[in-house]
Amino acid sequence: MKMIHSLFLINCSGDIFLEKHWKSVVSQSVCDYFFEAQEKAIDVENVPPVISTPHHYLISIYRDKIFFVSVIQTEVPPLFVIEFLHRVADTFQDYFGECSETAIKDNVVIVYELLEEMLDNGFPLATESNILKELIKPPTILRSVVNSITGSSNVGDTLPTGQLSNIPWRRAGVKYTNNEAYFDVIEEIDAIIDKSGSTVFAEIQGVIDSCIKLSGMPDLSLSFMNPRLLDDVSFHPCIRFKRWESERVLSFIPPDGNFRLISYRVSSQNLVAIPVYVKHLISFKENSSSGRFDVTIGPKQNMGKTVEGVVMTVHMPKAVLNMNLTATQGSYTFDPVTKVLAWDVGKITPQKLPNLKGIVNLQSGAPKPEENPSLNIQFKIQQLAISGLKVNRLDMYGEKYKPFKGVKYITKAGKFQVRT
Amino acid sequence: MSGNGIGYGEQGGEVAPELAQEAAPTTAPSVPAAFGLFSSDTKKNEDLKQMLESSKDSAKLDAMKRIVGMIAKGKNASELFPAVVKNVASKNIEIKKLVYVYLMRYAEEQQDLALLSISTFQRALKDPNQLIRASALRVLSSIRVPIIVPIMMLAIKEASSDLSPYVRKNAAHAIQKLYSLDPEQKEMLIEVIEKLLRDRSTLVAGSVVMAFEEVCPDRIDLIHKNYRKLCNLLVDVEEWGQVVIIHMLTRYARTQFVSPWKTDEDVGDEYNENNFYESDEEQKEKDRKVKKTYTMDPDHRLLLRNTKPLLQSRNAAVVMAVAQLYWHLAPKSEAGIISKSLVRLLRSNREVQYIVLQNIATMSIQRKGMFEPYLKSFYVRSTDPTMIKTLKLEIMTNLANEANISTLLREFQTYVKSQDKQFAAATIQAIGRCATNISEVTDTCLNGLVCLLSNRDEIVVAESVVVIKKLLQTQPAHHGEIIKHMAKLLDNITVPVARASILWLIGEYCERVPKIAPDVLRKTAKSFTNEDDLVKLQILNLGAKLYLTNSKQTKLLTQYVLNLGKYDQSYDIRDRTRFIRQLIVPNEKSGALSKYAKKIFLAQKPAPLLESPFKDRDHFQLGTLSHTLNSRATGYLELSDWPEVAPDPAVRNVEVAESAKEWTAILSKTKKEKPTEKFYSESEEEEEDSASTSATESESGSESEKERKEESSSNESSESSSSTGVSSDSESEESTEKKTSGAAEESDSEDIKKKAKEISKSRSTFSSSDTESSSSEESSSNSKSESDSNNDSDTEKSRNATSSKKGEKTVQGRKAPNKQDVFLLDLDDFYPVTTPVAVPAAAILSPSLTADLEGLSLSGSPVIDVTTQVFVPTKMHEMLHRMTGKGLSAHYQFSRQPCIFGDRMVSVQVTLTNTSDQKIENIHIGEKKLPPGMRMHEFNPIECLEPERSVTVSMGIDFCDSTQTASFQLCTKDDHFNVNIQPPVGELLLPVTMSEKDFKKEQGMLTGMNETSATIDVAPQNSTSRVITERLMKAANLGVVPSGQDKIHRFAAKTVHSGSLMLVTVELKESSTAQLIINTEKTVIGSVLLRELKPVLSQG
Repeated sequence: MKMIHSLFLINCSGDIFLEKHWKSVVSQSVCDYFFEAQEKAIDVENVPPVISTPHHYLISIYRDKIFFVSVIQTEVPPLFVIEFLHRVADTFQDYFGECSETAIKDNVVIVYELLEEMLDNGFPLATESNILKELIKPPTILRSVVNSITGSSNVGDTLPTGQLSNIPWRRAGVKYTNNEAYFDVIEEIDAIIDKSGSTVFAEIQGVIDSCIKLSGMPDLSLSFMNPRLLDDVSFHPCIRFKRWESERVLSFIPPDGNFRLISYRVSSQNLVAIPVYVKHLISFKENSSSGRFDVTIGPKQNMGKTVEGVVMTVHMPKAVLNMNLTATQGSYTFDPVTKVLAWDVGKITPQKLPNLKGIVNLQSGAPKPEENPSLNIQFKIQQLAISGLKVNRLDMYGEKYKPFKGVKYITKAGKFQVRT
Repeated sequence: MSGNGIGYGEQGGEVAPELAQEAAPTTAPSVPAAFGLFSSDTKKNEDLKQMLESSKDSAKLDAMKRIVGMIAKGKNASELFPAVVKNVASKNIEIKKLVYVYLMRYAEEQQDLALLSISTFQRALKDPNQLIRASALRVLSSIRVPIIVPIMMLAIKEASSDLSPYVRKNAAHAIQKLYSLDPEQKEMLIEVIEKLLRDRSTLVAGSVVMAFEEVCPDRIDLIHKNYRKLCNLLVDVEEWGQVVIIHMLTRYARTQFVSPWKTDEDVGDEYNENNFYESDEEQKEKDRKVKKTYTMDPDHRLLLRNTKPLLQSRNAAVVMAVAQLYWHLAPKSEAGIISKSLVRLLRSNREVQYIVLQNIATMSIQRKGMFEPYLKSFYVRSTDPTMIKTLKLEIMTNLANEANISTLLREFQTYVKSQDKQFAAATIQAIGRCATNISEVTDTCLNGLVCLLSNRDEIVVAESVVVIKKLLQTQPAHHGEIIKHMAKLLDNITVPVARASILWLIGEYCERVPKIAPDVLRKTAKSFTNEDDLVKLQILNLGAKLYLTNSKQTKLLTQYVLNLGKYDQSYDIRDRTRFIRQLIVPNEKSGALSKYAKKIFLAQKPAPLLESPFKDRDHFQLGTLSHTLNSRATGYLELSDWPEVAPDPAVRNVEVAESAKEWTAILSKTKKEKPTEKFYSESEEEEEDSASTSATESESGSESEKERKEESSSNESSESSSSTGVSSDSESEESTEKKTSGAAEESDSEDIKKKAKEISKSRSTFSSSDTESSSSEESSSNSKSESDSNNDSDTEKSRNATSSKKGEKTVQGRKAPNKQDVFLLDLDDFYPVTTPVAVPAAAILSPSLTADLEGLSLSGSPVIDVTTQVFVPTKMHEMLHRMTGKGLSAHYQFSRQPCIFGDRMVSVQVTLTNTSDQKIENIHIGEKKLPPGMRMHEFNPIECLEPERSVTVSMGIDFCDSTQTASFQLCTKDDHFNVNIQPPVGELLLPVTMSEKDFKKEQGMLTGMNETSATIDVAPQNSTSRVITERLMKAANLGVVPSGQDKIHRFAAKTVHSGSLMLVTVELKESSTAQLIINTEKTVIGSVLLRELKPVLSQG
């Protein structure tokens, strides 16, 4: 099992703008196989993640308009590589604020240093962001100015002791003047609603994202009022699994900064409250090259909270030329190339339900589309975890100061689709 | 396997072709500006060279950054090699790092010049800083220059016994690099791997297993002794290492354990042969018995249990690895737990979804039940990429059954209308498969498909035709109407496959549509020349079939078609035409075959099986690249079938475990009055049963077992091993907390319980105030430890009493003479503190596992030869009384662990308690008055100690193997107190394991001057081996040497500072006396020890 041999970063127009080799150099021409597959797939989303070539295997991911194409020579669990590549992209995101071609090109030296630390001989070495940041400091405007004056470097001269400890995710010697710990409980509703408005499938997926700025080595434990709600949970490595098993308490020494503490699924026995309903009437007339479009969104089971940030996107059939609509609220756009209709609704006020209505122009002569498009809805509800999950308390051990603690709840639409 | 990229490698080694390649890039779009840059490049490089030679670091750094930029873009920067390599010894870390980057990229091409840099790395390999050592090794081993192979080999060897686990980790990485550079080194590298596999650091584990998989995956024998350790370490290994270890253990387990699936299926087969002469009745009984008595090997269970928590990992690769492990190793009833986690991964990004869905597809064919509850999770969204949609569809089809088919078909109806036509076509195939698999819905599906024939989209219609054709073939009886309908479609459909399908159908069932068939032939004959090859062949077929059944009407038409075919451009069609003509048109040349023409053409044809494309993937291990590609990838390691008979499980016992058996044997003699049955719960007896059945059923495995049985009078040996397993299981659950909870687990007698509580209490306070160390674990274990002790105390009291004995003796046990096990002892503060009398950890742990569990922490210093300490005296020595200390009291005790601060130091734990009502600030060590040579490692200053709190800190003192007092000042913010630590001679030792033979050999060399002896009185109650061991261990930190003679007890240790051997022998004589002999080079210590040990056994 030899892991990643080389990595190529390729942008959407097919330029290889970065390459890195951990063993012998593999020529760029290996990417031709990838381009071939990309052409065949038409859509970027459909490029197969694993491609076999005569001498190598290519495992790729697509993130933020960049293909990360890794070259593999022998058998390896594909998920291993995929997960690692995503970790690389996450790290870039973390370092440069965005994982874009420009950001990578601008910081090519840091990218190279990072890749060097993350992989040794094709096997992951240091992937924890806290350790990497000790080894290689992320660029900031201030630092680059200072560096250019003093000639100091981005490479940390302190030794990343975290790597040697048994809590590799935390760096040593963290100091804050204000000690804060924030937890965002974010729940997403995945749902498929059928034509008649009944729920075909719905489930709640949640995550707790944390932002911990605590000095020293704090040992936290977070407990819930109703931990039984959590059906399936995955943990950040810092969480002590046994403690969860026995007491349903999340006990951990947190990494420094932002990280995802857990992701969970709410058990499927619980009925999922669907906070919005959609009334829709979409029809295409036979032989008349036009159709009607009429959609209303209303609140439902929203626990007295406001539904906001509502956006509806619809992939209209290919035959649609143009749409002539009026929205009672918000604004809509229709892209005639991608055929995507986007309606930014905003907040729903129950007194006056938002409605989007009008005429659909079809290509003349084209057969009437036989399927109505699905409506993808996004929305947000602040201060509500739709599953009813509640954080009970957060305790800190191991440090003396009193941290500021905050918990925020938010419910969002995940993959929320209404079939029409 | 090796790293030479034959296909695309630019391994020219010369500069010229490299440049040429640069000028003419291999991929046109990638380096569009290359031509323009070529001329300017050389000039640019000139100024880069100048910058590199400048004296200013900033210029050098700038140049290096630009060079790295060039490398990143794939431009050639090799000609700068000489200028760059000079900077390898730069003081500036960033320059240095960038030079490393450059070196790794170009060293292979500039081998001679690269050699210039080697000495720098060689020097860095000796650096006191572990991170520098590690990075030097990393770069050195990444320079692919064959000439330095010997240097690399040497460096790896040295690094593999480095004190720092981080360096050892890098050594493991370097093994693979060296192996790919020079496979000749394999044998030597295997030795290093073998050594590193014994390492107990979680940092090393993943990397060394990686190296193992790379270099010698077939040397499964290297794993045996490390199997349990790896299982136990697994949770704490970093995520990437977990994946590698899990995959390796999966392969391992398939060679070492018997199938757990047999109980689910029929076990009978093999027994039928064995019991040839037995009557059916008996056989059945046997079968039933076997079914009942299949018990999983405890090691097998250990693996399953320890991997299960990893299903909760955030890393998809780890979850998948565990899932495949359960799929390939767990009893079928248990594999179900993985489905939930796999379904969870479907929320992840599309690449992960793709791989996971593929694996679920394979699983869902074999075991529908696993994923049935999650059916709805596979429902397709219009926004999914097509490849995800089709995979989901595949899984839904696999999961379809009578109960859910109606829901599924309704769902499919939505899909058929999808704008994504490729997906719609796949849905139609799925409907077809459901129709053949579930006979209840065949007609419904068929009708539905026929409706689709009038669909506007041609792809949909064509796919429907193909599927209908297949369906009709399975039940052609009453479908004349459909065939007619399809015949009509022929006018409109253009998709070749569909046309061909219709033609085939009409030909096959031409007798059912006698009027239409000839007409179809007429029409197609007209369009023959414009048809696709596929359709042409079917026209010929149709003609032939009609000629045979209805020659009156179609004779001419057929001949016309055959004539067209004769001059077709495709030789395939010409061949077919010739063949058909010879067969059906009778002439003088046609042989006997034409008589059978009708039989040949109109034979009953078997209906096609509509199968999942994932059907044949199950022979690949799940989660592998080969499985994803459905073809063997290079380097794929086959998963072997379960062995019929499990290989000897004893190979996994670590040496100490072996001596366990002997000790139990001895114990059982001494404690005969106690019936053994009572000590063990039923389940264990069952296991014993199974152990014996397996022993009888397996020829090979039984021998060793028998031998063991003969050794011990009772069944003790097998029993002890099975109880080992059970107890180990229960322990392994705690493995994450083992570092801490150990102390609290002791639960036997009242006072010990109290002590334990005291300790854990004092520790919890410690943890709350400690700022530096990983105190966290502590708090979690406190509450747990309470419950643990409760559980144990009553029911298993008696058992603990005995097994504790076993434990204590076995841990220190004997070792095979030549094998030096590296025990990397855990030196964490939370090391399980054990007390005499009851030996807690060992009592619950199996002997072999204790050793495994002990070194689980990350930090560690290799102390070769030294075993674990067995007793840790709880005796606290007073250092500072609270009266003199103005409220601060201090006690010290010897933890008997190898010291973390230096391997010549004795580790001392100091407990500081604040008995005043004020807080005491800044407790630290002040002036030290140490005798010459003595060194002391102080504890970190304690900022503040609240009233009524106490803190335990550890320090290390090198006493230079003398009992001289270490005096120093203990200071607080306001005061300082003079305190002393005086070590009892017994604490200046570290236990050593050796065999009896070795002991005698060593003893033989330490006679005369080096031997001191005395005759002592032994109180009668002290004459049992247990008491003797116990008492001696309490007095001195000794290791037990297993003894073959009842009357002679031997103990071995070495002095902490100089490492000289210290051999103690107690030989019981008549009339309550014994001879106490001590052999050592350190005669002074020897005689002091003798004096100390003398009274130990005579006291009542």
